[in-house]
Amino acid sequence: MLQIEKVHTFYGHIEALRGVDMEVKTGEIVTLIGSNGAGKSTLLMTVCGTPQASLGRVIFDGRDITHEPTHQIMRSGIAQAPEGRRIFPRMTVLENLQMGALVGDPANFAEDIEKVLAIFPILRQRQGQRGGTLSGGEQQMLAIARALMSRPRLLLLDEPSLGLAPMIVRQIFQIIREINERTGTTILLVEQNAYHALRLAHRGYVLVNGAITLTGTGSQLLANREVRAAYLEGGH
Amino acid sequence: MLKDAGMMALASLALAMPLVGFQTVDRGAGIVLDTRFGAMFYAVAVIFVGRLLLLLIEAGHASLIQAATVALSAAWLINVAFHLYPITWPALGWLTWIVASVLAIRAWIVQRRATRPAAGYTDGVEKLGALVARIGPYLGGIAVAFAFTMPFMPFADQRMVDLGILVLTYIMLGWGLNVVVGLAGLLDLGYVAFYAVGAYSYAILSIHFDLNFWQTLPLAGAMAALFGVLLGFPVLRLRGDYLAIVTLGFGEMIRLILLNWDDLTNGPKGIGSIPRPSFFGMQFTAAPREGVTAFHEFFNLDFAPIHRIIHLYYIILFLALLTNWFTLRIRKMPIGRAWEALREDETACRALGINPTNTKLTAFAIGAMFGGFAGSFFATRQGFISPESFNFIESAIILAIVVLGGMGSQIGVVVASILLIGGPEWFRDLEAYRMLAFGGLMVAIMIWRPQGLLSHREPTIKLGPSPGARSA
Repeated sequence: MLQIEKVHTFYGHIEALRGVDMEVKTGEIVTLIGSNGAGKSTLLMTVCGTPQASLGRVIFDGRDITHEPTHQIMRSGIAQAPEGRRIFPRMTVLENLQMGALVGDPANFAEDIEKVLAIFPILRQRQGQRGGTLSGGEQQMLAIARALMSRPRLLLLDEPSLGLAPMIVRQIFQIIREINERTGTTILLVEQNAYHALRLAHRGYVLVNGAITLTGTGSQLLANREVRAAYLEGGH
Repeated sequence: MLKDAGMMALASLALAMPLVGFQTVDRGAGIVLDTRFGAMFYAVAVIFVGRLLLLLIEAGHASLIQAATVALSAAWLINVAFHLYPITWPALGWLTWIVASVLAIRAWIVQRRATRPAAGYTDGVEKLGALVARIGPYLGGIAVAFAFTMPFMPFADQRMVDLGILVLTYIMLGWGLNVVVGLAGLLDLGYVAFYAVGAYSYAILSIHFDLNFWQTLPLAGAMAALFGVLLGFPVLRLRGDYLAIVTLGFGEMIRLILLNWDDLTNGPKGIGSIPRPSFFGMQFTAAPREGVTAFHEFFNLDFAPIHRIIHLYYIILFLALLTNWFTLRIRKMPIGRAWEALREDETACRALGINPTNTKLTAFAIGAMFGGFAGSFFATRQGFISPESFNFIESAIILAIVVLGGMGSQIGVVVASILLIGGPEWFRDLEAYRMLAFGGLMVAIMIWRPQGLLSHREPTIKLGPSPGARSA
């Protein structure tokens, strides 16, 4: 569904991605793990077109989207729950969800909102509340729910566990699995929390200094000595 | 404590020396420097005592000071009202009074803080806003009904209706700018440019092409919208302060062009004898031209100049209500929601597939269009326009209306316009000090309502009580 071919991305003179190859197949959950500054978010944002890849290609559903503007990419079946959640703080939960549906068909709105509120029952209780007054976990759920409102085929999640309590993290990951199983949405998950991400994902990639160093199924990577040493020991 | 107050007095002395201490007097032969050391020392003394009292308030003598200052201001007001004791320096009298009021207010705040948790009054603002939002439809209805009947009220003389026109013009400008600043969150300090473009487009089109008001109005609005897009393009990538600076420059550019493009705009002399709007072809003149019916002849009334003014009043009322209706509608449409989302978080907008370029440009264009409408009205009402009318101060006033009213609040704009435009008129009795009183009022509002008078934001969508969802 998504092919990333030899992508190089620069911030000024700094090469953040050095020829990344990656693939996400339909129906999969693929996770991208790596330490701070490895280029995980950059890779995700390159798929979205800000910044654009200087070299290489990003292909979604057989279409080259490398140089399309962001808003157009986000209208072609990709949705994103951005890093740091970025919900609209002064808008209510419902209005936030409505913003997610802006690119979709208005006729689906009532149906979609019911579907999303069924996945996130807490948001139903909070529907009239301003986004900024939600707790961190609720905001993250809202960000994912908002992304789902456009009926994406590919959902990009950027560190959904960021700054959340362990219990809430488990809950969020459970929901991500449910979304994948229930709606068949393909998911590309960028995470620092390697343990949870690899347990959840079908396949994973390890990104070090802007290049992929390892790839395999979730359980393979979990068992890998290097991965354990670098990302898993001394925690969880 | 004394030392602190002494330092303050010293600093104010340094300031007051050139500002108050000396005065240039024109004595026929030339300008002579005169001294006013008495006034200067008085001012410094007021500041010294005021500072000392402020410090005493902080030290916990609030109620004492409050009682003293309230008593003193009351005594002083009574003195002014009944002319008991002549005050030779009225300005200093005001100064004293302002210092006393500041002290009283400060003491009151300190007292309140002692008895109540600090979060108390921000809650109050939200509650007020929510209350206004709840009764909004009725309030709006009452306000509109009042606006419609106002010219026929017994108290409505010519001056009153004129003031009404002025206030409504600013309400309309405020609503127009509210689209750009309040909804889309693009700080525009050059809004007067579109007002000017509208006014000049109207003047030039109506004079050279002999079009009537209702034919010229949409053209002038379109012209202003075009300029909105022209401004929009270069500032697409700018945010916040940088955007404000460029829009400020744009406003000045338009004014300078109007000032210097003599062939088109007649330069600083301005454009005169702009046609007045007619009532379905009927003119508001005592002696109409051949073949033209005058309004008073058709309706069998005695000629009165107020007919024309009332007619203008209803035109601007109609235009303002049109602006309001349009804004309220568009807020619930995708483009309006995109504006609000853009104000909240541009990056998130892009991630949701919103095209920020188009969204910003439409906000600029629509805001500018309403500015252009208001400008056309201004031109036809005055009959004469010159670049002088389109100073930066106009932009500042319109922006102050939007900010003071609470960004994005339609009713807030109305309240703020009445306060800001009507206010200086009501303070006219204070003569030279009215701007002082006006400034004091604005400072007071910003202290207690930093988010604007009515900052409550009404959601555009709600789910019904049943699980079945409705779309907006």
